[in-house]
Amino acid sequence: MNRFVEQLTKTDGADLGESFTGASSMPAGLHFELAAGDNPASFTQQYTDVASEKDARIKIAHGTTTLAFKFREGVLVATDSRATMGNIISSQSVKKVIEINPYLLGTMAGGAADCSFWERVLGMECRLYELRNKKRISVAAASKLLANLVYRYKGMGLSMGTMVAGWDDKGPGLYYVDSDGERLTNDLFSVGSGSTFAYGVLDSHYRYDMTVDEAKDLARKAIYHATHRDAYSGGVVRMYWVNENGWVAYPLEDVGELYYQYHPEIQLTNSTESPLRVNASA
Amino acid sequence: MDALFAIAGRDFVISVSDTSNARSIVRMKKNYDKTYKLSSHTLMSACGESGDIANFAEYIQGNVRLYSVRNSQDLSPSETANFIRNELASSLRSRNPYNVNMLVAGVDRNTGESSLYRIDYLAAMSKVPFAAHGYCAHFVYSVMDHEYKEDITLEQGFAIVKNCLKVLKERFIVDFPGFTIKVISSSGIREYSTDDI
Repeated sequence: MNRFVEQLTKTDGADLGESFTGASSMPAGLHFELAAGDNPASFTQQYTDVASEKDARIKIAHGTTTLAFKFREGVLVATDSRATMGNIISSQSVKKVIEINPYLLGTMAGGAADCSFWERVLGMECRLYELRNKKRISVAAASKLLANLVYRYKGMGLSMGTMVAGWDDKGPGLYYVDSDGERLTNDLFSVGSGSTFAYGVLDSHYRYDMTVDEAKDLARKAIYHATHRDAYSGGVVRMYWVNENGWVAYPLEDVGELYYQYHPEIQLTNSTESPLRVNASA
Repeated sequence: MDALFAIAGRDFVISVSDTSNARSIVRMKKNYDKTYKLSSHTLMSACGESGDIANFAEYIQGNVRLYSVRNSQDLSPSETANFIRNELASSLRSRNPYNVNMLVAGVDRNTGESSLYRIDYLAAMSKVPFAAHGYCAHFVYSVMDHEYKEDITLEQGFAIVKNCLKVLKERFIVDFPGFTIKVISSSGIREYSTDDI
């Protein structure tokens, strides 16, 4: 029989939990510690509260708006910059776009630590792929690496909703990967608590044949409106454009200032009686 | 909220699945194909827990293909279904079992006979003339019970599918963006649009 096939297949009745996920085993030297005990997943679960953040000891920072869409000239990625822990704003200057390599971006929603850790691991895997194969990894393959990686930890409390965006031989690439192990591709995604608001703006004005400026305007507007209605999103709009030469980052835009740009009839004044003045003429 | 059902005739099976993929209250994708081609004459459709579906289905797909490569012969639909059931049954008693429901439809290339297997996440399997999974089963089972006859033609099968889709549109609160309709027959797997049938 085919020796090559035999080498790649387990013929003994090994534990299923092992052999199912064996294809995505971690590289030598990199080991992620699991809780000791009979069932690490349920042990971790009782101390990790993803949904309500009530009594759990491990609290996860989340609440986000991130979006990305493909268009004629590449992929546009935009995020807000707020991090919350429960009802506290813990930061207004988070970088939710992770630069995996000059051609690949990842976005961050859900657990900040989970996203930055696993996307850093993804960065390493992508670099190893380049060194081994003498060519850049495709967006499809990179996102599959991440999906396989997080699927191994399913049910152990990982919380991440991420988009992997990039450019490869096939052109623009965009994938959604989450901690359930789901992996989807589409022209348009938005992830996080503010995603519904962002989708509202995006779906009503999205066209594939937009110019870069039109795409930036749309992404900025979608993030702005999400930060306006979603208490867990805010800070600044961070935008990236991925094209055939790699990604380009744009200057940050404060959503507070965008408010006055989008509402020219409202002006901030120094007067104590009415700090906000609405121009009757506008 | 997935809609997954299938109807078998003597020498064909019609497989229908909706094309929506949702996370919580958000639809992430509206042209999502929930079917997996296992061999030239076997098709599996799956619903259940996100992540598990793709992972289990791709594992099955890989192993069914590996069998054909090793043995220069495809598994028959019944062999495929029994293999899937066995894998799911083993996983059921593991630390984290797969939460996937499936319909396995195929035509045996040697006998030319069609078969349809319904497998649920508890690894219960039955060979049936028609089957459904999920909430949609509450609506379409009665239609299929009422209208199914032995040895229906493809046209009669499509008529039943149409009535199933009609009742889903009329009474189910979920509005599906579209359906993947595939027919497995001795000539292989062919996709139809909802307008074609």
